[in-house]
Amino acid sequence: MKYSEQDLPDKSGHFGPYGGMYFAETLMDSVLELEEAYEKYRQDPEFIAELEWELKHFVGRPSPLYHARRWSQELGGAQIYLKREDLNHTGAHKINNTVGQALLARRLGKTRLIAETGAGQHGVASATVAARFGLPCVVYMGAEDVQRQAPNVFRMKLLGAEVRAVESGSRTLKDALNEAIRDWVTNIDDTFYIIGTVAGPHPYPKMVRDFQCVIGRETIVQSEDLFGRQPDALIACVGGGSNAIGLFHPYLDYDNVEIYGVEAGGDGLETGRHAAPLCAGKPGILHGNKTYLMSDEYGQIIETHSVSAGLDYPGVGPEHAYLKDIGRVNYVAINDKEAMEAFHMLTRTEGIIPALESSHALAQAIKLAPTMSPDKVIVVNLSGRGDKDINTVAKLEGITL
Amino acid sequence: MSRIAACFTKAAAAKRTVLVPYLMGCDPDMELSLALMHALVEAGADMLELGMPFSDPMADGPVIQAASERVLAAGVRLPQIFELAAKFRETDQDTPLILMGYANPIEITGHEDFARQAQAAGVDGVITVDMPPEESVDLSASFEKHAIDPIFLLSPTTPDHRIEAVTQYGRGFIYYVSLKGVTGSSQLDTGDVAERVGHIKTLTDLPVGVGFGISDPASAASVATLADAVVVGSAIVKRIAACGTDRARLLEEVPAFVGSLRQAIDQA
Repeated sequence: MKYSEQDLPDKSGHFGPYGGMYFAETLMDSVLELEEAYEKYRQDPEFIAELEWELKHFVGRPSPLYHARRWSQELGGAQIYLKREDLNHTGAHKINNTVGQALLARRLGKTRLIAETGAGQHGVASATVAARFGLPCVVYMGAEDVQRQAPNVFRMKLLGAEVRAVESGSRTLKDALNEAIRDWVTNIDDTFYIIGTVAGPHPYPKMVRDFQCVIGRETIVQSEDLFGRQPDALIACVGGGSNAIGLFHPYLDYDNVEIYGVEAGGDGLETGRHAAPLCAGKPGILHGNKTYLMSDEYGQIIETHSVSAGLDYPGVGPEHAYLKDIGRVNYVAINDKEAMEAFHMLTRTEGIIPALESSHALAQAIKLAPTMSPDKVIVVNLSGRGDKDINTVAKLEGITL
Repeated sequence: MSRIAACFTKAAAAKRTVLVPYLMGCDPDMELSLALMHALVEAGADMLELGMPFSDPMADGPVIQAASERVLAAGVRLPQIFELAAKFRETDQDTPLILMGYANPIEITGHEDFARQAQAAGVDGVITVDMPPEESVDLSASFEKHAIDPIFLLSPTTPDHRIEAVTQYGRGFIYYVSLKGVTGSSQLDTGDVAERVGHIKTLTDLPVGVGFGISDPASAASVATLADAVVVGSAIVKRIAACGTDRARLLEEVPAFVGSLRQAIDQA
């Protein structure tokens, strides 16, 4: 059976055993209301037309599919094409989803937006649509991430959002999610929670996926135009997994396309200091869904480690968990050092500074391309630009700016 | 009859509202937590709710978050919570014991193992905050097998059709979350609680307990006239935290506070 024929998630929001609605009762009604609204508007021509207009004129889509010729040559194998999500307005794929959710929020009559953010890209994308539609916005961000992503914090403030640093737990993305959920439960009547990834309770994994699938749909058309067929392999980084599912999902029925999801290996899987639940975790329940998680033998969530704030999360979207189990997607890990090498290599050979998150996907291409012949094609999702990371990179390399 | 059912039957006969103090298990340590549990029963608690710590307590406010972080840092995990429950049960056969926590530790332990261990430790009911009835079919089956009541939450936002589903799957009692917010918030609207609890009682025969936002004798008294049980958490956990490991102070101040709640409830 084709993947699309399974029509996942099912009615109750499950991808096989994963996903679902594991949420506190106070939020259940709002989540069910959102599900109902989403099911209605996703088929509403007026909503679809408005979303397409925003994606074209505000986000700047379609994003190019760019042949990285020099880099492909240097690696000496398959031709590498980059899906340039870094060229979207605000510099990452995150805006595809925040535009969609903001349009829904307006239709639901919600007057206040909240969001969580790790690297700050989703926070910036949320603050941007909040400004665009004239809604107040509060962004929760782990205190450690506020430190490592200072430029994005300032961008959010310029856009009029309030950034609340979260000091609890590990002070990173998961704690920002906890705090956003606490805000939502307290302000449920007027607040819309824009989740930035394909996690959370149903319908978020489905809804965010659908908004991000524009990446893969464009890639299918552009591949046909540029090289007359579909690629042999796709690669994308996976934190929560929204850029990856956006590229992968429209391709799941294409059996000849090999798909690689790249998790953050941190200091290396063998050290335990990483953020790779699919490669080294086990199924559990967190933030509204059942999925692979990094937790100890007693079910406490373990602190994760990655050079990239956007991948520093102990869970992953439930559809990725399912795609791992059925073997359709190969999930691998790239450690900090390999990602940094890829960051520099792309910057110097193609004049493109990639986000540290996307650098994990690029590092997998460095491994994969030389094993393939030059007539093969790899598409890498360049999910974001790296301007936000220059402070992190400078610090790691002992440079004072 | 289960301990929970017996507790409510006895209270109803005495026209008494059930008082349920919440403490984080093993806060500040196992020995003091055990002594405190017995002292609270002595001070007028009818039932005890023990928090199971979790690294990501999404429904809890700062007070219970801090308690969770404290005991986790001291190495407390589910085995210690079961050990505490079992020790309490050695000398108290009557007071119902409820565990409250989050899904992942239960999931990782395994539904069947968790239910078996809970039963062996003398636990009577379990509240899993982030496991609504829709997702709890398998866990509830394990609970039923081991005579544990699955206790579900209802909130100010729960619509009628969900109330009916929740009351159908719930056992022991229904826990009404009295406000939109996290534990320990202070925006209790007694009028609203009265209306909602009254409405829920038309839809179920289960006793209805009210918690979240009850912080002092006055708010406890105002809720006591409406509900079958009153749950007080953050206000107690905050006092436990203030005592540190000062045994004498802990065993004096916290039971005294629970005693004042008891008195206010009985006079309401």
